[in-house]
Amino acid sequence: MLKGRVHKYGANVDTDAIIPARYLNVSDPYELARHCMEDIDLDFVKKAKPGDIIVATTNFGCGSSREHAPIAIKASGVSAVIARSFARIFFRNAINIGLPLLESPEAVEATDAGDELEINLDAGTINNLTKGKTFHAAAYPEFMSGIIKAGGLIEYTRERLKNISGGAAKTTKAA
Amino acid sequence: MNLAEKILAAHAGKERVSPGEFISARVDVVLANDITAPIAIREFWKLGLEKVFDPKKIVLVPDHFVPNKDIQSAEQAKILREFARAQGVNFFECGQMGIEHVILHEKGLVMPGDLVIGADSHTCTYGALGAFATGMGSTDVASAMATGDIWMKVPPTIKFVYKGRLPKHVGGKDLILYTIGKIGVDGALYAAMEFGGEVIEKLSMEGRFTMANMAIEAGAKAGLFYADKKVVAYAKGRGKRQPVVFEPDADAKYEAVHEYDVSGIEPQVALPHLPSNVKPVSQVGRVYIDQVVIGSCTNGRFEDLQVAANILNKKKVNSNVRCIIIPGSQQVYMDALRSGYIEVFIEAGCAVSTPTCGPCLGGHMGILAAGEKCLATTNRNFIGRMGSPKSEVYLAGPAVAAASAIAGKIVSPGDLAT
Repeated sequence: MLKGRVHKYGANVDTDAIIPARYLNVSDPYELARHCMEDIDLDFVKKAKPGDIIVATTNFGCGSSREHAPIAIKASGVSAVIARSFARIFFRNAINIGLPLLESPEAVEATDAGDELEINLDAGTINNLTKGKTFHAAAYPEFMSGIIKAGGLIEYTRERLKNISGGAAKTTKAA
Repeated sequence: MNLAEKILAAHAGKERVSPGEFISARVDVVLANDITAPIAIREFWKLGLEKVFDPKKIVLVPDHFVPNKDIQSAEQAKILREFARAQGVNFFECGQMGIEHVILHEKGLVMPGDLVIGADSHTCTYGALGAFATGMGSTDVASAMATGDIWMKVPPTIKFVYKGRLPKHVGGKDLILYTIGKIGVDGALYAAMEFGGEVIEKLSMEGRFTMANMAIEAGAKAGLFYADKKVVAYAKGRGKRQPVVFEPDADAKYEAVHEYDVSGIEPQVALPHLPSNVKPVSQVGRVYIDQVVIGSCTNGRFEDLQVAANILNKKKVNSNVRCIIIPGSQQVYMDALRSGYIEVFIEAGCAVSTPTCGPCLGGHMGILAAGEKCLATTNRNFIGRMGSPKSEVYLAGPAVAAASAIAGKIVSPGDLAT
């Protein structure tokens, strides 16, 4: 169960807004988090508390493939992002690193900045405690649930390599 | 099946695939750069392997902050260098390098029919070769470096057909800006864009690379062209592998088909702060500019420099404008040098740089101060993309960029006094 206060944004929040490229000469998550959202919301870093939830409208995360974007959000303490729709690469990156994303136009519509939300990832429900309303998010495809359950793509791949008969060992020996 | 489905089916070892289906597909090329590779390498080591699946299929190109602009970017690039040397993967940097999406096809590393994944969103550029090429993140690349395959959801395809004849000074950049202006920055979200029609058949390879490059700016997973004779000749002259040409079936299914007659269109300009905020150049109004950048993975190829040089020849850059020219690769630089274009640029008062992504993403070599305006041939004009969040970036093709550098404001080449 995830619980936190809402930071609300509009459409097309791009990866340059989430983490400007001028900070990409490092890859330390906490260093990146210090600059999260700064070009569109200088106060985000000051306001963000562990568990907080970002709510945005359409096409959240458009632009670059930089995984630094979901990494910076996660390292800021944000527990989940809810949007009407997500950009494709951002969606994949977030799942791969274990930042939960939920698509729910209804929840976005009915949620304001500062509202308190409670998210049940297993049930796919978003409970707006401030407004006293509950919403459902689109379920993850089964394939993606497997990655999420494994704890991210690296863990998922590690399992796969174990299961391919002698897979990991073979690759190592071929060296 | 359409083009995307045919390529994906072949790489998934299946007779057929359909949109929405999850597949595991074999990859031909895996790419990362100095921003994304350090994380990919860190994640790769977590898998407990000593070696990548096939060093010949992996390409690392430090291009965003090179030549290394500061100690931190040098440390990042060093991670790539050490990994590349130890693993024996393809590695190109200063002196033999260029921008990743200019050199991979130039060096024949990507061939028609390939499945390419890259930890850079503009990996979709190789769609111009009739390859399915898509951007992903570092963790996806780490997994693919280990296993040689990748999970993928088969996208629906939207077809774009361009009819008529291209007017003077209108090129691939104008066609793709026009298209993104029509469908929006999420107009092809999760989909593949397939480009065709009589205009495309006549379009140069450079023009096609520019169009495929910006498919991501419409949210697309890939931008694809059929590998016609022009593509096959281009690839055969460079690659060591044989091209594989996939052709869409006559009864292929598309999510939508858009037809545009482009005979009457003007050069296009995207205004701040979205690539979809597009207007014909005559409707932009009076916009005085502080900087022009001609280069990047979108428009840093030979033809782009040729277009710019023909306009800048025997002219001077406006005294209020810094005009920065960045050839996309050493080869482009050399070709431009031998053609006399570098001399044209320097005589006109331009700064000519070694290949780098540099200013496109606000890295180095042309950062904007608050309140400054830049007209660039790059691909994104998001807030803060080229420097200060209070600066503005306008996007256009090399013809409008060169003409505007002379005029000091955004103009069409046709508006320059001769």
